[in-house]
Amino acid sequence: MAMYNDKVMDLFMNPHNVGEIEDADGVGTYGSPVCGDMMKISLKVNDGVITDAKFKTFGCGSAIASSSMATEMIIGKTLEEALKITNKDVLEELGGLPGPKIHCSVLSEQAIKAAIYDYAQKHNLTLEGLKDYDPNASEEDHHDAFEDGEDE
Amino acid sequence: MRKVYLDYSATTPVKQEVLNEMIPYFTEKFGNPSSLYEIGAEAKEAITKAREQVAQLIGAKSQEVIFTSCGSESDNWALTSAAHWKKAKGNHIITTKIEHHAILHTCQALEKEGFEVTYLNVTPEGRIDLKELKDAITDRTILISIMMVNNEMGAIQPIKEAAAMAKERGILFHTDAVQAGGNVPIDVEELQVDMLSLSAHKIYGPKGIGAMYIRKGVALPPFLHGGAQEMKRRAGTENVPYIVGFGKAAEIARLQLSEHMERLSRLRDYFIAQVQERIPYVDVNGGMEHRHPGNANLAFNFIEGESLLLLLDYNGISISTGSACSSKSLEPSHVLSALGVPVEKIHGSLRFSIGDFTTKEDLDYTVECLVKIVEKLRALSPVSAEKGWN
Repeated sequence: MAMYNDKVMDLFMNPHNVGEIEDADGVGTYGSPVCGDMMKISLKVNDGVITDAKFKTFGCGSAIASSSMATEMIIGKTLEEALKITNKDVLEELGGLPGPKIHCSVLSEQAIKAAIYDYAQKHNLTLEGLKDYDPNASEEDHHDAFEDGEDE
Repeated sequence: MRKVYLDYSATTPVKQEVLNEMIPYFTEKFGNPSSLYEIGAEAKEAITKAREQVAQLIGAKSQEVIFTSCGSESDNWALTSAAHWKKAKGNHIITTKIEHHAILHTCQALEKEGFEVTYLNVTPEGRIDLKELKDAITDRTILISIMMVNNEMGAIQPIKEAAAMAKERGILFHTDAVQAGGNVPIDVEELQVDMLSLSAHKIYGPKGIGAMYIRKGVALPPFLHGGAQEMKRRAGTENVPYIVGFGKAAEIARLQLSEHMERLSRLRDYFIAQVQERIPYVDVNGGMEHRHPGNANLAFNFIEGESLLLLLDYNGISISTGSACSSKSLEPSHVLSALGVPVEKIHGSLRFSIGDFTTKEDLDYTVECLVKIVEKLRALSPVSAEKGWN
């Protein structure tokens, strides 16, 4: 479908890191099926480095492609490095998404934060990258950040 | 790769017989119907014939049919001109929550001008409640517009009963019959509507041509000004080849209506049964009783519609979805919302619309693809029947 570039289509068709890590060190969920997209991510952390990440996503093609890309980007990174990854970085790696779909990349950024927050909570860690993180922020917000287009 | 088109409610291919009739009017029979010499008269005659063919499809008299550029123009014309025309009597309009945007957005434009619009609810089956309509009518009501067949989930409305209520109170009644044309029987004499919108490209005619039925005696003012075409009701040089195509398509639709309906509903019912047998957690949106014969609107629980659409497209299958993610506005389908379908299920709803060129093999192939695609996406999804929606 012409709407997505080849890279996004390839990641959507053949996503990497799909699943759930059974003995995960940190688990985070963001979004909900009511919003139209939801991502659940689980992490393995060793010495402050993310050694594995797996995801499950309910969502459109760009949500699934972003999820796959984001998990790839954080594996091998320290927690602080992973927290610095923004939706813009994910977008850049994907080679861009169509305008109305940009919010889908926010999903993975937020799910990663939620999973690292979960890890930090369990290990009494204070992370610089979580300074402004609010685990109870409205999950609807990522949709409101972008202006609505035409309906037809 | 196999190509399967299951989006006949979006548009239909032009039938070969229709195209054959159209072609001479692009080249040798190119005259302007307003010209007095022979090729002008020839074009005028072609329009007269087409008008009769379209009129016959809906049981109208020929002079009650006006050609327009599309169904949306007909809808805009009916609502805008009727509202302005009857303004002295009142400012209240009644329509439904499930109309096409050609109606809804026109209503919103009229609201900005000071008109008040009541949007009727529908039942989970997708039909209006006649009692609610009756209660909504006031002394200030000047126009009621209710679509005959819904484009998303195919519900057929009780137009005859609704139009009778309008007539009793001296209120103009319009119906958007764009999806109804050629798919359900239409007899304007029986229905007693004042205005009715039609479109050619939903009945195997060309895009860019529509029609409006205006009951004799209803002096609806023109919407387009500038010429005496279309009995002084719609200015603009007539699109002769497209009008000819619309006429031919209407004739074929009329002659094949019962066979068409029977064939489509048989295929549609087979398709739904196969999908539900092979794939768990699939709901049908809307009721089956009063429904467009080719419409199947299905909610695939726990997955999202756009990703379904993409994977079906990858397999050569064309369908539509009610998912917000497929619309640029990111708003989930207003029609399925009005039915009371939960938002998470709307996101995973697909519309399959079956038409004259659909075969049982097409549907078997689609079911096979769906089985694999749904399984794949459900494996990717964090929600499931076991885990629930959260």
